Amino acid sequence: MTGEQTDTMQYYCGIDIGASSAKLAIIDSDHQLVAKAIGRSGIDYAKTAEQLLTELVEKESIDRSKIVKSFSTGYGRDNVPWADGKMTEIACHGKGAFFHFKERMTIIDIGAQDSKVIHLNETGKRDNFKMNRKCAAGTGAFIEEIAYRLALDVSELNALAEKSTNEVSLGSFCTVFAATEVLAKIRAGVDVTDIVRGAFNSVVKRIVEMDRVEGMLVMTGGVVANNPFLAKLIGLAFGTEAHIAPNAQYNGAFGAALFAAEQAR
Amino acid sequence: MTSSAELKDFEASKTMRNVMGQYFKELTDPARPKKIAWCTSVGPAELLRGMGFEVYFPENHGAMLGATRMATDLIPLANAHGFSPDICSYLTSDIGSYLKGESPLNKMKLPGPPKADVLVYNTNQCRDVKDWFEFYGREWNVPCIGVHTPRAIGDVSDTILTDVANQIEALIPTLEEVSGQKFDMDKFKEVIALSKQCTVLWKGVLDAAANVPSPISFFDGTIQMGPAVVLRGAQSAIDYYEILLAELNDRIKNGIGAVEGEKYRIHWEGMPIWGKLKSLALQFIELQTAVVSSTYCNSWVFEALDPTEPFKSMARAYCELFICRSDEPKEAYLERMIEKYKVDGVFYHNAKTCPNNSNSSYNMPQRMQKKTGKPYVIVDGDLNDLRLYSEEQTRTNIEAFVEQLSQS
Repeated sequence: MTGEQTDTMQYYCGIDIGASSAKLAIIDSDHQLVAKAIGRSGIDYAKTAEQLLTELVEKESIDRSKIVKSFSTGYGRDNVPWADGKMTEIACHGKGAFFHFKERMTIIDIGAQDSKVIHLNETGKRDNFKMNRKCAAGTGAFIEEIAYRLALDVSELNALAEKSTNEVSLGSFCTVFAATEVLAKIRAGVDVTDIVRGAFNSVVKRIVEMDRVEGMLVMTGGVVANNPFLAKLIGLAFGTEAHIAPNAQYNGAFGAALFAAEQAR
Repeated sequence: MTSSAELKDFEASKTMRNVMGQYFKELTDPARPKKIAWCTSVGPAELLRGMGFEVYFPENHGAMLGATRMATDLIPLANAHGFSPDICSYLTSDIGSYLKGESPLNKMKLPGPPKADVLVYNTNQCRDVKDWFEFYGREWNVPCIGVHTPRAIGDVSDTILTDVANQIEALIPTLEEVSGQKFDMDKFKEVIALSKQCTVLWKGVLDAAANVPSPISFFDGTIQMGPAVVLRGAQSAIDYYEILLAELNDRIKNGIGAVEGEKYRIHWEGMPIWGKLKSLALQFIELQTAVVSSTYCNSWVFEALDPTEPFKSMARAYCELFICRSDEPKEAYLERMIEKYKVDGVFYHNAKTCPNNSNSSYNMPQRMQKKTGKPYVIVDGDLNDLRLYSEEQTRTNIEAFVEQLSQS
């Protein structure tokens, strides 16, 4: 929380309840992100939303009555009792990314259970979008599965992949089969850094085959926020620089807050 | 958030349920005098009816298995029997139903599907229908015959028409043998004329959706098309569509839309998702979006039928269908639909077990968007196998697509 609250201060809130985690963003009248929070989505989305908001306003000393509008997004978007409106995560990631980079762009959002490719034109209007097939390959769930197989914490993966010196390829489309391939690599004594890099490359392949990149490449979501090296690899595969959106994991919630501000006008 | 969306059924639907109920009752009556011919949904039904058969359409049974979600439990039985989960889920649902001895017809207090005396297919839609019928041919030791129509047809040339017409005519000796009746050209022509009348009326029903607001949705159409599929060539289908059309004209006159406050209009490309018809219909109503047209419901419009040229016109009617055409005529057809029905966007259902009736795999959505400027969304799913369907992804895709239309 930056700056002093004044009597005229107004806030807008966005909450993105995803498959794995719930993200909350509060912006001010100038659309600047002033507070954010994250927690597990859990099994009671309404309770999670309430808890996140209550704790955040208390921690940041924000007067809740000054939050004039709230929007929800993500899988749990229909389960936030205090939301004044809802938008899909496709709209919100578009909105959030365009706020930072005002040009024609392709946004790739990699979430826990799905990946999305969103095309915006130079005015921020969406031309097209695509979600992944009914499959965990190319999503955060795949990364978590590989970390589990390698007995690592997901937070260790990015640094390990960066240290890799040998390209290892996992050929399978399927998360389960790819995990089996990982077992074969372990048996063959392949260095763990190379296996992790191979797993990252597998995500890259699944993303690259989803769609084309037109204009600037902007990446959002928790997976690239925690694994910037993966974003770099995706950029290399598309032959363009991958720009990670500021507060990439909160980008959907931030976009929802922008929609809330827009509705309040 | 709770939904207040409501489906608006037609008064006529009661009559339709009676018409369909009577059809199934006669078909499954053990004391029926007529022989039973199984026919693929766009197979040579007119010839079979003209030769005195009761005609049964297993794809209709497949759709019932999907809509009742019985398919979910039955498909794995067929999979275990050697029919892959990757092939037509009408086939696997129906064979699963046969293996288990359970059918949605039982809920109507009817025995299951009638045993065939002869099975007659047309491969204009896919090869799966032939494999499906051959299973039953082997089970019951009855003839399984058919028409092998070329697929991916560009121009419907005279060479193709002559060949297909000859193939239809060549079915007659076997059908005579099974039915014990001689082929009667006058009766055949009479059935063709009745089928044409049914087509004209059914097309009128679908055309009504060109009005704004649309008085009927794609979801209504998938239910209302029952008589056009199973009773074409019979008077009862004609009588029914006259009633339905009158009700649609009333809706048009009074400005009643199938979707309250219709804002956006969508074309549905590909198969229905039978087990999710209601929830999808309600979601579109909530989003004030009418799914106004489809190539699927138009698959039972056979405008070329002509009693003065019965075999050749039948060949033309069944070769001109969208499903057996190449991409060029398909795209021209879609362009006409988009214009006629004032469509804002196109929904492509990529049915995993029905590649023959999924049109999103060969870059068509991208080409069509370039040509027409209309956005599209592709949703992965299936006609019957809900293991291939993701509820949340589909809901989000639809919601996001309508958000996109609202920006235009």
